[in-house]
Amino acid sequence: MTDKPVVIVGGGPAGLIAATAAAEQGANVILVDREKHAGGILNQCIHTGFGLAFYKEELTGPEFAERAAASALVKGVKFMNETSVLSVSGKTVSVINEHGVSDIDAGAVVLCTGCRERPRGALHIPGTRPAGVYTAGLAQKLVNIAGFLPGKRIVILGSGDIGLIMARRLTLEGAEVLAVVEVMPAPGGLRRNIVQCLDDFGIPLYLSHTVTDIRGKNRVEGVTIAKVDEKFNPVEGTSFDLDCDTLLLSVGLIPENEIAETAGAEIDPASNGMLVDENLMTTVDGVFGCGNALHVHNLVDDLAVEAAQAGKNAALYAAGHVFAPCTIPVVNDGAFGNVVPARVSGTQPAVIRFRVRRPQKGAAVSVGTFSKRFAHLQPNTMESVTVPADAFTDKKEAVLCLNNTL
Amino acid sequence: MKKLYDIVIIGAGIAGSAIARELSRYDLKIALLEKEADAAFGVSKANSGIVHAGFHSAPGMVKSRLCVRGNYLYGELKDELDLPFERKGELMIARGAEDEEKLEFFLKQGNQLGVPDLKIVRGEELRRLEPQLSDEITAALYAPSAGVINPYETVYRFVQNAMQNGVEFFPDSEVVAVAEGIVETTEQTFETKYIINAAGLNAAKIAEMAGLHTFDIKPRKGQEYLLDRKASALVNHVIFPLPSKTSKGILVIPTLDGTVMIGPSAEDGRDDDTTTNDVFDAILASTRTIIPSITPKLLISAFAGVRPVATGDDFIIGPTGVKGFINVAGIQSPGLTAAPAIAEAVVAILKKNGDLLLNKKSDFIAYVPRHPKARTMGKEDLSRSVALDPHFGKLVCRCEHVSEAEIRQAVREGASTLDGIKLRTRAGMGRCQGGFCTYRILEIMAEELGVPMTELTKKGANSALLAKDLKNDR
Ligand SMILES: Cc1cc2nc3c(=O)[nH]c(=O)nc-3n(C[C@H](O)[C@H](O)[C@H](O)COP(=O)(O)OP(=O)(O)OC[C@H]3O[C@@H](n4cnc5c(N)ncnc54)[C@H](O)[C@@H]3O)c2cc1C
Ligand SMILES: Cc1cc2nc3c(=O)[nH]c(=O)nc-3n(C[C@H](O)[C@H](O)[C@H](O)COP(=O)(O)OP(=O)(O)OC[C@H]3O[C@@H](n4cnc5c(N)ncnc54)[C@H](O)[C@@H]3O)c2cc1C
Repeated sequence: MTDKPVVIVGGGPAGLIAATAAAEQGANVILVDREKHAGGILNQCIHTGFGLAFYKEELTGPEFAERAAASALVKGVKFMNETSVLSVSGKTVSVINEHGVSDIDAGAVVLCTGCRERPRGALHIPGTRPAGVYTAGLAQKLVNIAGFLPGKRIVILGSGDIGLIMARRLTLEGAEVLAVVEVMPAPGGLRRNIVQCLDDFGIPLYLSHTVTDIRGKNRVEGVTIAKVDEKFNPVEGTSFDLDCDTLLLSVGLIPENEIAETAGAEIDPASNGMLVDENLMTTVDGVFGCGNALHVHNLVDDLAVEAAQAGKNAALYAAGHVFAPCTIPVVNDGAFGNVVPARVSGTQPAVIRFRVRRPQKGAAVSVGTFSKRFAHLQPNTMESVTVPADAFTDKKEAVLCLNNTL
Repeated sequence: MKKLYDIVIIGAGIAGSAIARELSRYDLKIALLEKEADAAFGVSKANSGIVHAGFHSAPGMVKSRLCVRGNYLYGELKDELDLPFERKGELMIARGAEDEEKLEFFLKQGNQLGVPDLKIVRGEELRRLEPQLSDEITAALYAPSAGVINPYETVYRFVQNAMQNGVEFFPDSEVVAVAEGIVETTEQTFETKYIINAAGLNAAKIAEMAGLHTFDIKPRKGQEYLLDRKASALVNHVIFPLPSKTSKGILVIPTLDGTVMIGPSAEDGRDDDTTTNDVFDAILASTRTIIPSITPKLLISAFAGVRPVATGDDFIIGPTGVKGFINVAGIQSPGLTAAPAIAEAVVAILKKNGDLLLNKKSDFIAYVPRHPKARTMGKEDLSRSVALDPHFGKLVCRCEHVSEAEIRQAVREGASTLDGIKLRTRAGMGRCQGGFCTYRILEIMAEELGVPMTELTKKGANSALLAKDLKNDR
């Protein structure tokens, strides 16, 4: 038994909720975040739509963050703000802040470092390198936190939720959003955001299109857009130019796992998320992970459930609890984009979260003897099943299968 | 307003800045003029960053001699100015007997030019140097003296040290007219005994302003692609194929920052900075014949640079028909390597002319360590730096571990644009490419420079980053 602290790395909603849950178990909890105020990405999401399930109330991002931070404080979580975690080694957490570099000897660690946005370079959009190419999240920060309009005539590449929400926000602030361009045949963001952020403002959405060129020497002067074929190659003769001063990129979020890498935690090369077991422990003993650092969630409410589990388990671990060994690998039958967790014990019910690769109507998701029917499954929406312990009949592997029942 | 100078240098690229730094050893009044908002925004920003060994070009050429000499001088300069430079070595590869004969040719040429320690390596020795090399590669010419350098940081080190030694630097000063003893910029007029034309792609234009029509500059574009740190495990040396007529071919380059660069292309007549998919595909395909384990998934960024190729395909360095007007033109590859030797050559020209007194300063500052960087410091050094300046304790760029202290230092050293900060500190150059830190950097810049955020630019005039302040001008 130890009274070494549970150290939570990252103070977004995942970190705050994990910290609260750990403190509720009686653990001594330290939450480290690099920003002045906890809340993570929520602080720049000033639209509503957060907390309906978790707080039974519709809140804005900052309101959700404030409540989560207040609960953590009440439960005795110690906040270490304006402090960056440099690395985790074993269960030693190295941090830096205005007082210098120090090491915290932790009883357990929870990595809640969130995600980053995919930048231009990773997409390889050809063209010049002018000012005016931003990720949607940076634009969100500039508008909502700093109070600056990044540009006046805007094209958005990618139909992720942040891009959609920014299309509306920028329009309301007086900018002209000329188009949202999506390479896939279906939008990446939630249906409700397409309606409320594009349709209601008459912003055109070009599906199966992409940006093939960026023009402008100093500041963006325009982009070229073209239709793409099934292999995502531009179709000749379909291109058109739009004159704009800004291109926003909303082309995907990638779990941020630099710290997990320093700890030596295994990372799933496909999703860039940490590989965890049913207790949300990574491949490093006593180091847990949750939130967007694990896999990108659509809804903070869903993330909250996962984070609370991670926090609770970290506290149990720090108090000396030994979890049943997770020896059964969870195997993706190929129909899923990603699946969490990677291993289960077969001794307790396990929550399995997943995204399908392609849209499905009337499909069943099954593991061992367990099966659940879904009316709809969309690649842009994370779903989960809770699989009872006795369903894991095969102790060598648990294959997650998608069966079309129509 | 007119000012009287001994020497006016036009262009703050690697050539102009190396010349400025070398001349700052002497008791002279020197101005360094640059049309962009900062130094190193021209060709010297976008290149392969290799300090070549120098076996590539024929012994008769100016560039061959200066390349080998420049390589040597970087060793000394590294000691003086703590340059970001490392001798990682070059390998020129061969597939089969016919290629290997060509290696022998370059070995002989290199030896003739005085390139040190050249040798041909094969079999196990070669695999030990470069384990990921394609099986088809049978031998390589190994040049241990070659290295990689951070080209823009080197320009900033030169400019900074030149300024410490009295050189006046004028950014945002485009030269618009030149006559014997006179240089006119958009801002002011300089009277001077000597004019050094180191204007890169504009060198022919500047010469024409002075009434000289002796050469042309033709652009030759090169695209380069940057791969994630994960790729760094795949290469240890700069790897070349056998060269073609116009270029040294598509290289695989382990950079000093721990990333890997592949490129460049050689596109004659193109002078823009666009990158294109067809060229990327070609570069990738060529790279994979050398290191098959490199994949497109590793790509994090791309850029393009333009080589200023002069008539005759060689450097043009020397006095002209206009009194006091010296050309440093056509500085194509290996210009980065040759720069310190180019600076020596300019001093020699001035000495030969004899009408300028070249007295060495007694108080010349030669040795200047780099400012510490959070990224490369150990825990103890970092703690000590934080104790001296708490801004070291705040990491602004999470991907590259750049502290607030480094950003502030960069502004104080003259960075006035976002690109200037990026080139000096690496903030925004990592995996997220500035998604997280850009806003904080702009805040710090606005504070240090005392200007509103809406005046901040990416790279100078007409590249404003923000369109409107929603709080103050509704
Ligand atoms: C740019 C962006 C915009 C988004 N907008 C929306 C939206 O509008 N609506 C929506 O529903 N969802 C949005 N999302 C998804 C959103 O991220 C999740 O709903 C949720 O906020 C994720 O919570 P988290 O705690 O996992 O991560 P975050 O909220 O990202 O929190 C991670 C925290 O960890 C800190 N941290 C990371 N590494 C370290 C370290 N080494 N040391 C110290 N601290 C560290 C970070 O500073 C941050 O505070 C957005 C995501 C991004 C990236
Ligand atoms: C793709 C590529 C890869 C390369 N790789 C290598 C390599 O690995 N190793 C190597 O040794 N060399 C390499 N080179 C060559 C090397 O980059 C150049 O030789 C070198 O940078 C040229 O330096 P410079 O100072 O002459 O030109 P520049 O850096 O362009 O400097 C000239 C400066 O003059 C300024 N200027 C122009 N007109 C005016 C005006 N009217 N008034 C005021 N200022 C003006 C410009 O703005 C510019 O800053 C490469 C080149 C390219 C394009």
